[in-house]
Formats: sequence, C-alpha cells, structure tokens
Amino acid sequence: MPEQIALTEATYYILLSLVTPRHGYGIMQQAEELSSGRVRLAAGTLYGALNSLCEKGWIVPLPGEAGSRKKEYRITEKGLAVLTDELGRLRELVENGEAVLKGELQ
Amino acid sequence: MSERKTVRRWFWVWEFEKEERWLNTMALEGWTLDKVGFCKFEFIRTEGGAYTVRLEMREKDADYTAFMEETGAECIGRVVSWNYYRKKAELGAFDLFSDLDSRITHLDRIGKALLAIGLANIAIGIANTFNVGHFGWINLLCACLLMYGLGRIHGKKESLKLERELRE
Repeated sequence: MPEQIALTEATYYILLSLVTPRHGYGIMQQAEELSSGRVRLAAGTLYGALNSLCEKGWIVPLPGEAGSRKKEYRITEKGLAVLTDELGRLRELVENGEAVLKGELQ
Repeated sequence: MSERKTVRRWFWVWEFEKEERWLNTMALEGWTLDKVGFCKFEFIRTEGGAYTVRLEMREKDADYTAFMEETGAECIGRVVSWNYYRKKAELGAFDLFSDLDSRITHLDRIGKALLAIGLANIAIGIANTFNVGHFGWINLLCACLLMYGLGRIHGKKESLKLERELRE
C-alpha cells in the first residue's frame, strides 16, 4: 500500500487547475477564482511546485511554440490518481469534522 | 527626465527582510527602486505605493525570469545572487512565496551559500596563517561573521519549521 499523503493546498490547486492545460499565470488565476480569491499562489512558490510536480511525473509540460518561454502544463494519469485519493481523504476530514461538531460522534 | 536619487546603504545578508521592508517603505513614499548595484540603490520618482518590491536569492535562471515577467513582475537587477523585482500595485498583490515550505527552501538556499563562502574563508584563513602568516585573520574574521549569519538564517528556518508542524 502506498504511503498516505496529504497534499499541500498549493499542490492541490495546481493539480486541479491542470485538468485543463494552463500556463503559470493561468494556474494562479484559476486557483484564485476557484477559491473565491482566498488562495493566491505566489510566483516563487508556484515555480518551485511546478518543477517538483514535473519531477514526480504528476504533471507534464506541453511542447510549446518555438521561441516562446511560456510553458503550458497538463496533469498526467498519475497526477489524476493522486488528486482522486486526496479528494477521498478530504471527504473523510469533512465528514468526521461535521459529525463531531454536530454531536453525532464523540 | 524623471527625478532620480541614489542611496548607498549596507544590509547584511540575514537582514534581507529588513532590506525588502525598507525598499517598500521607499516605494510607498514615491521612490521606486529602479537600479541596483553593490550597496547602491537607485530610485525613480513615482506615485506613492505604485509598486511592490521583492528580493530573492536565486541563481541566474532565464526560465524563472520569464515566468516572473509572465505574472506581471519586472526584474530590476541582480547583485551577487540577489534578484530584485517590482510589480505595479494595480496588477495585484505581489509576493514571491505563499507557503511555509517555499520560504524554508529559500532560507535553505541562503544558508547553503553562506556556509560555502564561510568554509572557503576558513580554509583560506588557515592556509594564510600557516604559510604567509599575515592576513589570514581577515579571512577568519569573515568566516566568523558568515557563520553568525548562518546562525541567524538557521534560526529563522527553525521557527518556520516549528510552525510547519501545525500549518502550511
């Protein structure tokens, strides 16, 4: 069984944004929009995260136009699997939280 | 020709946050950083608070610079390994890091640079003390200072790591 991992918020929103191919700035805008302005990925943080996610094979850069440095990325099958696992974990967190706070669980 | 002024000021490496605060206070007062040199800051007259200024230690990386420009930031210049950026306030908030992990990575990078230069100074200092015997103490003094800096950076990093155990 693979090690259970909890994604950081930045990783989570990057993966989510890349279900549709996007470039760096597009990811920032999408994360901000999805979270109603709450999650703002800073450039340095995003750049580092994109590189690590590529190394892990969770996302891939798409072949860009010649001469353009603007890279687009897309999520991979592996990344999609990680995202699905995380969704299950988050669901558990929410269900447990609600149950305890509503007094259904102690 | 817009109004310009040059300020000479020294900041220790471990004071980079103080340096950044100072540059942003200047920007709020209508003096936006326009050029950097060794201990030298050139400002241009702008509206107060028109720009946000950030600095980061990072080796030259054209992809990163292109990435920053894509987000609306502008690279003002580079001194040793320090890069200075600014972004128009009207284009939105400007931060380089938005989580603890990337702040820790940045401090790690600074720490490694200090350690490398510090160790080099110790080696040169010892070699000079035994061989030439005159100015080795200067290198050893430099090494002490760099190690002090390393300690300061390490302290900042450790407090972020403690916080990291509780939140992102």
